[in-house]
Amino acid sequence: MTELSDHKVAPKVAQKSRLRVFLDSDIYYTFRRSPIAVISTIVVTILILSAVFAPLIAPTNPFNPASLNLMNGFTPPMAPNAFTGESFILGTDDQGRDVFSTILYGMRISLFVGVAAVLFAMVLGITLGLISGYVGGWTETIIMRVADVQLTFPSILVAMLIFGIAKGITPIEYRDQMAIWVLIIAIGLSDWVQFARVVRGATLVEKRKEYVEAARLIGRKPYAIMLRHILPNVLSPVLVIATISLALAIIAEATLSFLGVGAPPTQPSLGTLIRIGQGFLFSGEWWILLFPALTLLTLALSVNLLGDWLRDALNPRLR
Amino acid sequence: MSDTVLSIRNLSVEIPTRTGVVKPVDGVSYDISAGEILGVVGESGAGKSMAGNAVIGLLNPPAHIAKGEIWLNGSRIDALKGEAMRRLRGKEIGMVFQDPLTSLNPLLSIGDQLTETMLTHLPISRAEANNRAVAALEEVGIPGAAERIDSYPHEFSGGMRQRVVIALALCAEPSLIIADEPTTALDVSVQAQIIALLKRLCRDRGTAVMLITHDMGVIAEAADRVAVMYAGRLAELGRVRDVLTQPQHPYTAGLMASTPLASAGKTRLHQIEGAMPRLDKVPDGCPFHPRCTYAESKCRAAPAPQISQDHAACWFPLMAEKVS
Amino acid sequence: MLAYTIRRVAQSALVLLIVGLVAFSMFRFVGDPIENMLGQERTIEDIERLRDQLGLNQSFAVQYFKFLEGAAQGNFGVSYRQGRPVAEILMERAPATLELAAVSAVFAIVLGIAFGVLTAIRRDGFVANFIMSASLIGVSLPTFLIGILLIYIFSVELGWLPSFGRGETVQIGNWSTGFLTSSGLQALILPSITLGLYQMTLIMRLVRSEMLEVLRQDYIRFARARGLKSRAINFRHALKNTMVPVITVIGLQLGAIIAFAIITETVFQWPGVGLLFINAIQFVDIPVMAAYLMLISVMFVAINLIVDMLYFFIDPRLRVDRAGGH
Repeated sequence: MTELSDHKVAPKVAQKSRLRVFLDSDIYYTFRRSPIAVISTIVVTILILSAVFAPLIAPTNPFNPASLNLMNGFTPPMAPNAFTGESFILGTDDQGRDVFSTILYGMRISLFVGVAAVLFAMVLGITLGLISGYVGGWTETIIMRVADVQLTFPSILVAMLIFGIAKGITPIEYRDQMAIWVLIIAIGLSDWVQFARVVRGATLVEKRKEYVEAARLIGRKPYAIMLRHILPNVLSPVLVIATISLALAIIAEATLSFLGVGAPPTQPSLGTLIRIGQGFLFSGEWWILLFPALTLLTLALSVNLLGDWLRDALNPRLR
Repeated sequence: MSDTVLSIRNLSVEIPTRTGVVKPVDGVSYDISAGEILGVVGESGAGKSMAGNAVIGLLNPPAHIAKGEIWLNGSRIDALKGEAMRRLRGKEIGMVFQDPLTSLNPLLSIGDQLTETMLTHLPISRAEANNRAVAALEEVGIPGAAERIDSYPHEFSGGMRQRVVIALALCAEPSLIIADEPTTALDVSVQAQIIALLKRLCRDRGTAVMLITHDMGVIAEAADRVAVMYAGRLAELGRVRDVLTQPQHPYTAGLMASTPLASAGKTRLHQIEGAMPRLDKVPDGCPFHPRCTYAESKCRAAPAPQISQDHAACWFPLMAEKVS
Repeated sequence: MLAYTIRRVAQSALVLLIVGLVAFSMFRFVGDPIENMLGQERTIEDIERLRDQLGLNQSFAVQYFKFLEGAAQGNFGVSYRQGRPVAEILMERAPATLELAAVSAVFAIVLGIAFGVLTAIRRDGFVANFIMSASLIGVSLPTFLIGILLIYIFSVELGWLPSFGRGETVQIGNWSTGFLTSSGLQALILPSITLGLYQMTLIMRLVRSEMLEVLRQDYIRFARARGLKSRAINFRHALKNTMVPVITVIGLQLGAIIAFAIITETVFQWPGVGLLFINAIQFVDIPVMAAYLMLISVMFVAINLIVDMLYFFIDPRLRVDRAGGH
């Protein structure tokens, strides 16, 4: 983990505005030079905005039973319905819900779960990483041993297991309501190890530096030293891992929901929509499956590409 | 002159770079006869290894032969490609690398590596190859060769490994050996043994040797003739005794004066002022002129005369009257 | 080597003990076992008797030990949902998963290594560039979407291959195999590609980068200088030297294949242990979940151990250290 040692916070230039500093930075320069980075940033931004503003953009609210008309069921995209004459840009599903609207709302849930899970994993991983690196001894041994054991198993399996256990603990009447939160915790818990390892490695390196020693000598509290002095040094690798983890978390959420152990049909995410759509694969209503699948693919691919670029730009040695 | 094995004529190697073409080897010519050891000496970056790589066809792209001819036993080989060149490597031209610790594949036993090389080039059976492998190891002085044939490289010391490397280079009986700094990575105590071994084997078999080194001591010990290279060009070529005792080129003279062996008895070693130019900044005229105490305007204006046999590439050779 | 082996076995045992603890805690604390086993009509006496019978009144450590003892003998209790012994259900389902995983692993390893070598030695070739770009997309595709895509193309549109199930199977003792019938073999194709594709790209990318590293080494240059044929150089000399890191990853990926079979089995309704596990989660069938967890941990640990031992066969430098150095 010594390769992180020279990861210093850039000295602040007081005269320039923050925006100016950013526009002059190497990062921005390499960003502009990489078409993949620019395109995926634009795509991710559009997707996030349309998820956040889904209630404003979506033609209908697919979860309001009053707005649904079963007669509209199975309307193909861009063609008027045989009974009602209504037409939908991406068609409708079996219950007459507008596919475009369900995708917007579904993406809202997918992104919410993904972001929340990564934040949870990040906070947990950073905390445990700082503690094990700074305190050492038995605390470190136990934390890192648990991390090792967990790493032996694919994270999706860990997430499934946590989901199953949580489901078992939750009383039946709350299960659907709690499902989203359980999902966040399950994916978050399955993904903290990466953060903890990087932060611990950097902490071990920083701990020996004179300025930390100095801070300790003037009597600063350990948590203050960890947060104010050590944490800033590990932010860029953490950012890289967070971006790549986001793509993985979105895929993990979609996978769990697809398998029927994630978001419930009452709050469908993109994965749930694909699960529903798969049922119509053989009967010819391809649009119910295709559009959610394409959305998921675009979302996962662009976040992934952004993460890849960020990793190369911020720290080529993380490769 | 006895029969010539290798003949290099006006060889140039070029590397295209972003800032222009670099010439690590520039118009070099020399011959090596059967049983003769030609020492090629120069500072690092002088182009001596690059010339060796050009001969065996192992230049790393984008480096390539831009000009000149290479003749081996009467046939021209500089234009040979792929499969035809591969057949020559190992069979006609053997090569010994600098670092015996990294030249041997760590996962294959030395016997495997020997028989593999022989079976590739010689029409013999596996059993015959095994016998020859043991014989080859005995010849290079590995004690208990028959027992050690199945040992792996890491089970040998550096000097022993270099013996194995030499056995590998010689096992298909090539007519030319290119030894690129064969002793540089070895302990001083072992260097002389390896040089003696190389010398003996090549004498016995009549193998021509291109001995690339920066070490004048090695040249004095082993070589028959010596080619001095400077900034990609040949500075001087001649019999070792002549070049060592009466160098004609001012650079060679400086080199001799700065070598402990050649300047034995003197209390202080000589230094040549300055450094060899980077290959993308070789000056016009004679490349040595900025460092040469004898340089005159002619040296700055025109490249030094090309040489092929027993000359110095210098407008004003030192003690020219001594050259026979 | 002996000391090393003992240490590795001890580490594996520790992992299994921790996983066992997790599995046992699931049994003990997730849901009430009594509630799960007794119906609605139960008396206080019934509960007490069952608590005693199940040993729930004993100390935690004793219960844990008994659980491990049972698990070691293949006794994981009775499925809440099916009312049959879990071990029996697992045994019934295991062949389907193992056959699928084996075919996927062979597919992933053979093609992964072949493509990895190809893209490394023809670094700038058209085919190599194409494979590399395709693999980038392949890594971003969620497994279940690949499965659905394959079903759409080969089952729905072309109608060439079945989209679900194992086809006909033949019973050999306790093992039901799909290898012996043509419908069984056909049914294997799409699921194995789905399951193996991601692992294949991982192996390919690793083999490629390791090959590029090894091809720069002196001993490869020396092998070239000896005029060895490029096939011998690429495979005998270079590929063999990439094998230590590659085998580590292949080992980990074999474990991953067994775990990821859950997803593929769901897409293709493949009657294996993965599908069983997903159903168990949906219905909170704790004994099945716990047993699956233990089973898969044993497999992971065993694979890791085998991989560690394989190093000794590949790398002679490790073999020497067994004598305690020299």
